[in-house]
Amino acid sequence: MYGTRLRAFSLATLVTLTGGFALAAFYAPEDADQGFMQKILYLHVPLAIVALCGFVFGAVCAIQHLRTGESRWDLRSYVAIHMSLIFGAGVLVTGSIWARASWGHWWVWDEPTLVSFLIVFLLYATYQPLRFSIEDRDKQARYASVFAITAGAFVPLNFLAVRLAQSYTHPRVFATTDGGLEPRMKVAFYACLLGMALLYATLWKYEMASKNTSAQIKALRRRLAGDEVPAPRRSAAPTLESA
Amino acid sequence: MTRAVNAVLRRDLRIETRTPQVVPGMALFAVSAFVVFHFALQQRSVEGNLAAGVLWVTLLLAAVLGIARQFVADREEGGFEGFLLAPVDRTALLVAKAASLFLFLVALEIVAVPAFLVMLLGPSPVEFWRLLLALLLADLGIAFVGTLVGALAVQSRARDLLVPLLALPLLIPLLIGAVKLSAPVFGGPAAAARWPWVLALYDLVFGLVAYAVFDFLLED
Repeated sequence: MYGTRLRAFSLATLVTLTGGFALAAFYAPEDADQGFMQKILYLHVPLAIVALCGFVFGAVCAIQHLRTGESRWDLRSYVAIHMSLIFGAGVLVTGSIWARASWGHWWVWDEPTLVSFLIVFLLYATYQPLRFSIEDRDKQARYASVFAITAGAFVPLNFLAVRLAQSYTHPRVFATTDGGLEPRMKVAFYACLLGMALLYATLWKYEMASKNTSAQIKALRRRLAGDEVPAPRRSAAPTLESA
Repeated sequence: MTRAVNAVLRRDLRIETRTPQVVPGMALFAVSAFVVFHFALQQRSVEGNLAAGVLWVTLLLAAVLGIARQFVADREEGGFEGFLLAPVDRTALLVAKAASLFLFLVALEIVAVPAFLVMLLGPSPVEFWRLLLALLLADLGIAFVGTLVGALAVQSRARDLLVPLLALPLLIPLLIGAVKLSAPVFGGPAAAARWPWVLALYDLVFGLVAYAVFDFLLED
């Protein structure tokens, strides 16, 4: 069921993302201050936005899981957070490179968005250890959902607090007084954002399809071999009770 | 509801008064931390932002110790089962546990804050009410977040590892507000008027989140 339209999704991602990056590279003008380096914006910011939206999506799925008690919602939440963590690592790496290029340091504490993102990333990094260390499957799913909801509520609060804590902020690329990004940059940026969102959705679908397929295989194998199937390796991933 | 909260709270306080464990542990940790800070910073006294940072890092880490112990007795001695068998609202456990953690934190601070003033602080504190306000608001937030984290982690095998990993990032916004609010007391820069409100917002949000999700941690 998750295997449908995977090819269409992959193609759309490929086209949009390549197109977006091509626009960013050739169509959008170079930034007057930062020159070519500013183009990392088209990678870094969409990654961050998509990763944060993924965390929120994970929290929404977790709410659904607690309400309905169906394990497929738990799986969705798990895969969403898992993907967002990977994207989040990308955000921190690209952000660090950007900081090095424009401010001369690999890490700057007075960039509130990046610092907030690090805190959120650190918090979500405990999601999988938490899952892994709870043996009871039911409990694992429920506790993971509680965590996902708590962390989801934490994200905006954290951004607010860190933002307020800075007495001075760096000039922001978007919210400048004279209207923010130049129109051509904006076009390229939104194309990249769309491409990144599609990439996230595609990867999410692939992961869901893979998890579902292995659950089905396990169920079929169990039916063939009876109880002789060895117990599955313990893992942090949720198990679907053979759909 | 009130009766259930009272019963659980009284039980927790009685356990703690009969065999004092958590509060002395936290207080001792805080004092040791001040000694460690003295040697690590190689300073005879601290002031301003540094003082606020030392105090709040110590309090936060001491609170983490308390959070980790919070539900241990309930799990090991069957307190959860007993509570689930009783025909009461499950939120009562959240309220009672948060209240007991709050009281433990107050007890910790009654020891740790004077110790800090005597041992490490250079200038004499001004506008002491700011520190009291920060302590009050922060304790409330720690009580809610701590109860949630404690209940989350107690069922896992890696409890002692998970509590700090979960609690510290979650408490960072609270730490920011607390140090900003209390830095002027130790001679630091003046705090903006918004910080009590940020702390109050934090308490409100996590109080509501804890209220909304706590029930699911008890089902069995």
